[in-house]
Amino acid sequence: MALVTDKTPAPRATRRTAARGGKPTPYWLLLPGILWLLVFFAAPLVYQASTSVQTGSLEEGFQVTWHFATYWDALTEYYPQFLRSVAYAATATALCLALGYPLAYLIAFKAGRWRNVLMILVIAPFFTSFLIRTLAWKTILSDGGPVVSALASLHVLDVTDALGVTEGHRVLATPLAVVCGLTYNFLPFMILPLYTSLERIDSRLHEAAGDLYARPLTTFRKVTFPLSMPGVVAGTLLTFIPATGDYINAELLGSTDQKMIGNVIQSQFLRVLDYPTAAALSFILMAAILAMVTAYIRKSGTEDLV
Amino acid sequence: MPALPARPAALSSRPVRWLRRNFVVLAGLATLAYLVLPNVIVTVFSFNKPNGRFNYEWQRFSTDAWTDPCGVADLCGSLSLSLQIAVWATVGATVLGTALAFALARYRFRARSSVSTLIFLPMAMPEVVMAASLATLFLNMGVTFGFWTILIAHITFCLSFVVTAVKARVMSMDPRLEQAAQDLYATPLQTFLRVTLPIAAPGIAAGALLSFALSFDDFIITNFNAGSTVTFPMFVWGSAQRGTPVQINVIGTAMFAIAVLCVLAGQLIGGRRKRS
Repeated sequence: MALVTDKTPAPRATRRTAARGGKPTPYWLLLPGILWLLVFFAAPLVYQASTSVQTGSLEEGFQVTWHFATYWDALTEYYPQFLRSVAYAATATALCLALGYPLAYLIAFKAGRWRNVLMILVIAPFFTSFLIRTLAWKTILSDGGPVVSALASLHVLDVTDALGVTEGHRVLATPLAVVCGLTYNFLPFMILPLYTSLERIDSRLHEAAGDLYARPLTTFRKVTFPLSMPGVVAGTLLTFIPATGDYINAELLGSTDQKMIGNVIQSQFLRVLDYPTAAALSFILMAAILAMVTAYIRKSGTEDLV
Repeated sequence: MPALPARPAALSSRPVRWLRRNFVVLAGLATLAYLVLPNVIVTVFSFNKPNGRFNYEWQRFSTDAWTDPCGVADLCGSLSLSLQIAVWATVGATVLGTALAFALARYRFRARSSVSTLIFLPMAMPEVVMAASLATLFLNMGVTFGFWTILIAHITFCLSFVVTAVKARVMSMDPRLEQAAQDLYATPLQTFLRVTLPIAAPGIAAGALLSFALSFDDFIITNFNAGSTVTFPMFVWGSAQRGTPVQINVIGTAMFAIAVLCVLAGQLIGGRRKRS
């Protein structure tokens, strides 16, 4: 996995082991945690792989029959949900970046003594269960509510209706509501890494850019933004990965036309009890995300930043 | 900000200039409003008296739910179950994760990079995949779903976050402090207890707090591994189908208020300590 970049050896650690002559201490420290992860994280993935090629029924039991057609059937039947998940998650990630960047910038450079207060306001919503907060969006976006009326009177809903992201002048139970919920739920995961990388930037670099007659926008484009890339990459990953597998926003704010792949896996596993299909879908989702994430990291040239 | 060269009159009129200068502040505050708005709604609607089963539309002011927060069947039971699971998951994940973090930060050993990958992968995977695979294991093993399966699932996904938090802290520690302790004839145990552990403590605390928050609020993994056991997020999920009692807003608001008060108190104490 390309995401793990612990390749640079910590010189300190090397010295230490040499001095200790290879005592078994690290193994004793590792043993309980690694055993735990092997039993409850790695083994389940193996079980799931085996389940995905089984056939049978709940009454007669499932047998491994190397029935790879499950994968093909799952893909052909549920590819709309796959594509929708990726589209919704990508849109939500882009929105998180667009909305989160100004706030992270504000906290890092312009907040002064308000910095801590703003930081608390970003983190504080976390303390209310996110399901309750997601349900609050039902109130905010309700038909005939102030938000929807305002959008309608500004003719925004005419445009979004035409684009197909809302329907019949309502926002709830449309793609817009689901993307809005996803963006809201994962926004702090974008803001925190962005803030961390912005805060590390030496303010003298901004002054230097100004001294060299760079306009504020040029300074941002040539100095600030490139230096904040580690935060951008970390933030987009922390937003995109969970958003793709999410089924809460689609369930609470969407209708049956907005079901994402997470909804399919959940209902196959917990309601239909078709375990092989659920397992195959999870595997496809996992493989797709790992492939996309690896490609993204290669492309953004930040392999050693993550 | 350097003086801009002369621009067309329309662009440099006063309100436009003000907007341009404060664009970041305005956009940032708009995002903040977007983040905080649902909490405001949750708080306001905890004083609502809805007509039907659902608490989505404002009817009239009432403090009924606040005077009777446990008035809904199973609500407070699910809350206390969530708290118990969060406490034990935090303990388990913190102990296992801290040991792993020390091993990774301090020692070189064979298979070190595979160990890092194994710890990293649970965080790089959508929750639903991990949830479904763990539930598959429990099903195959014939384990009954309930308290223990939820606890195991929570420890598993919190573990990686603890490792990340503690490892960062231990890596940034000055090794000379420990060498100094050894030069002053401290035994390895004394060095660990008196020097290493106090320095690593903020990282361990951060990992523990994160675990508690993640476990308490987790829905997806619990959804797959709970069977018929109902944690607080499961209760809220169920209520979205059956009817949302005002009491869940009361609990959401109370949690928010308690957390903000704790953070403010911590800030005040920290600020005072710094000054003295």
